[in-house]
Amino acid sequence: MATTVVAEDTGRARPRLGDRVFSRLALAAGIAILAALAGVFIFLAIEGVPGLSKPAEFYGSATSFWGYVAPLLFGTVLAAVIALVVAVPLAWGVALVVSHYAPKSIATPIAYVIDLLAAVPSVVFGLWGISVLARELQPAYVWLDENMGWLPFFAGPASGTGRTILTAGLVLAIMILPIITAISREVFAQTPRLHEEAALALGATRWEMIRMAVFPYARSGMVSAVMLGLGRALGETMAVAMVLSPGGGISLNLISSSNPASIASNIAANYKEGTPGKIQVLIATGLVLFLVTFLVNFAARWIVTRSERKLHR
Amino acid sequence: MAKSITVDSLDIYYGDFLAVEGVSMTIKARSVTAFIGPSGCGKSTFLRSLNRMHEVIPGARVEGKVMVDGQSLYDSAVDPVAVRRQIGMVFQRPNPFPTMSIYENVLAGNRLNSKKMKKSEADDVVERSLKGANLWNEVKDRLGKPGMGLSGGQQQRLCIARAIAVEPQVLLMDEPCSALDPISTSAIEDLIHELKTDYTIVIVTHNMQQAARVSDETGFFNLKAAGEPGHLVEFNSTQKMFANPDNEATEAYISGRFG
Repeated sequence: MATTVVAEDTGRARPRLGDRVFSRLALAAGIAILAALAGVFIFLAIEGVPGLSKPAEFYGSATSFWGYVAPLLFGTVLAAVIALVVAVPLAWGVALVVSHYAPKSIATPIAYVIDLLAAVPSVVFGLWGISVLARELQPAYVWLDENMGWLPFFAGPASGTGRTILTAGLVLAIMILPIITAISREVFAQTPRLHEEAALALGATRWEMIRMAVFPYARSGMVSAVMLGLGRALGETMAVAMVLSPGGGISLNLISSSNPASIASNIAANYKEGTPGKIQVLIATGLVLFLVTFLVNFAARWIVTRSERKLHR
Repeated sequence: MAKSITVDSLDIYYGDFLAVEGVSMTIKARSVTAFIGPSGCGKSTFLRSLNRMHEVIPGARVEGKVMVDGQSLYDSAVDPVAVRRQIGMVFQRPNPFPTMSIYENVLAGNRLNSKKMKKSEADDVVERSLKGANLWNEVKDRLGKPGMGLSGGQQQRLCIARAIAVEPQVLLMDEPCSALDPISTSAIEDLIHELKTDYTIVIVTHNMQQAARVSDETGFFNLKAAGEPGHLVEFNSTQKMFANPDNEATEAYISGRFG
């Protein structure tokens, strides 16, 4: 019978050439990413592991590798946290204005300017941070020290140059703003019209509609945006190396001159003059940064999937 | 609670484009009013202007009068958000909130209206609304499950439950059965019959049998010509519309000789 023949034909049919080519290309692209990541990890491990156990003189004032890397790691994370605390609410706010509040004639230029920020090289941000932001913020730090000194963050004494971890964090915040804004804007704008109208028809105000329909829909993308921003903040080298004047150990004091450097800026500052042994130590700190970034990403993903699974009980 | 709606020479615009022109009608309280007509004739647009959902589209506006029990809907002192809390709406495709459970979906509107609600009170509202939407028996054992896990027909009844949970004065339905199978459609139509004892219901439908089955009064919308605004051709009791309409065009449309 004709129908049987057709059925057998489709059963044996080979995938079209275009499908095969595309599926191989996609697979190759996926593998290339994994290979690059694995390559970086292997390089860091081979070159860095000897740096974990050098004689004490390689670690400067510290006596062991962990004593050496701990303040750097702390500085890295602190600067990134400051950047996120400042940038994330701002970025989501801007993204909402662009996607839901402003009329198109205003939203488009705003989105365009924010995207332009992403194209500014980090050296430029560093220069601006040193010569403008640090100078302008210095009196503010003095004020904070005098009036809010009871908070451990503003214990002072205020830095005379303004080149503190808080300044570095603020520069980082501006640098990660565009990426968080751009991704959040895209996911906000993709909220199905149907969900938004469901909320509006129940008598939700615009903000209530955003909370009921937009945020739940966009949550996963919002976390992705923050993670990309965090990744950039943790790894940013030049701006931090230029703005921050390092010195001192672990401290929550954000406005004094005793700030730990970040891992990346420390590598940049010391790589050129390093002896082979010293360089191994620096690479080992790079390995630590790599692993921390990985762990943070996994943790964030885990939190998101867990909260989503809770909904699908 | 149910209220009547009086519309007087309403023009509806999208920007400069006049979509619907000169509609006047009176929608009776505690009755079902159906709008029929070809696609693009402005039935849905008109429906959305009855709870000010029309204006959420940028540039959309209306001219003319809509009175709900004597209160003008488009008065400058009237907050559109408050209007939508009193005039519920059910959409063409079921749209439960995907991240909310069945329970939370039903309460979504109440949570907006009053922030604080006792657990027992909330339970009562959920049970009453789901019973009102003929969904209680099917979902009472899985209220904590996501609303998206239900079938299309159940999702639509969940949306109806969500709309009636806030005890609106009017319930607008925009082709509520067009994405549903015949059995779910029949369940929704039975529900409309029951709901009209408490609510004023306005329904847009493409299915003329449905209009004939569920409604007390029917309005026929049509375009004067391609590119011209839509308008109300005839508004009459459903019985008269389907047996002996006043207008020739209505008869042509209803009997399938359209054009």
